Amino acid sequence: MPATPRGLPHRGGALNPSAAALSERFGAAIQRAEATWGETTVVVAREAIHEVVQWLHDEPSERYDYLVDVTAVEYRDAMRPLEVVWHLRALGARRFLRLKVELPSRGPLVVPSVMDIYSGADWLERECFDMFGITFEGHPDLRRILLWESYKEGYPLRKNFPLRGRFSRAEQLKQALAQDPEARYSMNELSIAEAFDSLPDDMRRRLAEERARTGSEGGE
Amino acid sequence: MTSVDTTARRTIEVALGTSGLDANGLPLRAPLVVQGQSAVALDALEALEGMSRHEPELDSDHMLINIGPQHPATHGVLRLVLELDGETVVRCIPHIGYLHCGFEKIGEYRQYNQIIPWTDREDYLNSPGNNVAFAMGCERLFGVEITPRCTVLRVIAMELARIISHVVWLGTTSVDIGAFTPFLWLYQERENVYNLLEGWVGARLTTSMTRVGGMAADIPDGWLDGLRAFIKGFSKTLEESVKMLETNAIWAGRTVGLGAMSAEEAVNAGLSGPMLRASGVAYDVRKDFPYMDYETYDFDVPVGTAGDVYDRFLVRVEEMRQSIRILEQAVRRLPDGPVNIDDPRLILPPKHKATSEMESMIHHFKLVMEGPRPPAGECYVAVESPKGEKGYYMVSDGSAKPVRWRIRPPSFVNLSAIPKMVEGHLLSDVIAINASIDIVMGEIDR
Repeated sequence: MPATPRGLPHRGGALNPSAAALSERFGAAIQRAEATWGETTVVVAREAIHEVVQWLHDEPSERYDYLVDVTAVEYRDAMRPLEVVWHLRALGARRFLRLKVELPSRGPLVVPSVMDIYSGADWLERECFDMFGITFEGHPDLRRILLWESYKEGYPLRKNFPLRGRFSRAEQLKQALAQDPEARYSMNELSIAEAFDSLPDDMRRRLAEERARTGSEGGE
Repeated sequence: MTSVDTTARRTIEVALGTSGLDANGLPLRAPLVVQGQSAVALDALEALEGMSRHEPELDSDHMLINIGPQHPATHGVLRLVLELDGETVVRCIPHIGYLHCGFEKIGEYRQYNQIIPWTDREDYLNSPGNNVAFAMGCERLFGVEITPRCTVLRVIAMELARIISHVVWLGTTSVDIGAFTPFLWLYQERENVYNLLEGWVGARLTTSMTRVGGMAADIPDGWLDGLRAFIKGFSKTLEESVKMLETNAIWAGRTVGLGAMSAEEAVNAGLSGPMLRASGVAYDVRKDFPYMDYETYDFDVPVGTAGDVYDRFLVRVEEMRQSIRILEQAVRRLPDGPVNIDDPRLILPPKHKATSEMESMIHHFKLVMEGPRPPAGECYVAVESPKGEKGYYMVSDGSAKPVRWRIRPPSFVNLSAIPKMVEGHLLSDVIAINASIDIVMGEIDR
């Protein structure tokens, strides 16, 4: 029977057995594993993360079938790398595992998407992209989710983003009033709404560009 | 035989006011046409004249419609773009973010105790639960253990919040589906819970009832009597309301078989709470990753079999009954003793000491002006909120303000599965399915 954790050590303590299994299976791709407040964190090389998650999901002895969260952490210390964090759960074995990929904050912020493994990663990855500007390669529909598509101020949860936004209040107000909220459709909807004459010009242009890029006819 | 004047088609009532019976006294079949001074069934005429009947042209292009952002049945500012084939939903694209106010960003500029009022405002039907979850995360980060009395008080607060949330869900969903009476009955019970919370911490909706290391206040004298009276009255109201719906033909017709998710799909989509349990997965954070000594309470985790809207209703109703059981046990076991931990680094000294003793004044000043500092580290704490697994991922770099305060919102993940649930169903069912997810937009948009 699981019990309420008590007296957890700040550092150290027993590691999740999956950490050892991962090291054995993936070798140098597992950069380090540590325990903080009773939770195991495994830092994985960026190239291997998709394979690691796939293995954790499929391997019968692991069976991490539940993706809790996808998020990122940027530290106040600008020299520390930006971390992308996956929280996984094995519902059967009642295990919890935190995976991290460290990205140099000046380099390209790109990690593979795990949406092909967990469908629940869809919005979580979109939110992470929206807030940090991290690109999840392989996500079929990576666009802003909480902020609007034409938001120009950047990525709010980055540490170089001021609390009140980059633009002045007057500029923010001007941009907000210039929006036609009813006219905003995603690429997905644009392909449905081919016949819509009410689309603004930039949306029509984007639709044309998207079609030229993918070479598809669009629409159903 | 005269030719049929098709321009004179009328319904029988308008054209002639006849009884709709033919010469033999048998009912005429619609549609009827006027011929001379009598109404004649079109089928009979066609048979006589060898005319071919043309079906009206019903094929049409798919239609794109918006539900929301301002729509009472979306339970907040949610916009659903639906592609319809007739009345069937072919595709559903949700849009969120209309209430986004950057809670996580603001949290990085606040001391830990100052964030607690923000947690009230995300899932505002479960404010006590959020307060407890956040305080629990802070206590993990500071490495302190709360007192036994505080643990039980927090359980009482969280179970009351679960009852409020489910009651609001049941009431509003029944209104969505066309039943008004349970709404009124259940909202009266909600008022009773809010009166209890008001008696405890002085606030009704935004309770801010926890502090790092304890509670804002201990319960006042006689409060438990009020809770006992509520438990007694609520069980009755709940059973009456459920009786109105459970075997009601309209309720069943509008909920059975709608929006079903299989267990594998639900786990893979990251659903949690009643949404996951209705699909037959007995995952409850209180049982699987317990906190606040939930493993010592005797309660059951209800699961559904079909994973449809009706199952979600049954699961939530049963959860309210189980919450009552937990509350009864908590009232019985509530120990005496202090509510707050004895740690001047975290807990403000009493006012009279802060104004009379040097030591206490220094602690008071440091706590208010600088705030407590946890050691560098990180933790993820999850509680079973009424919506599902509510998690807080907190990262500290040793300063008085968190580097990152991440909310894992259960409604957000649950709502992301709505396209899968509504596609193929009718437009009117979208309302029922959307209601069954139990979304709170404040939590989704944060």
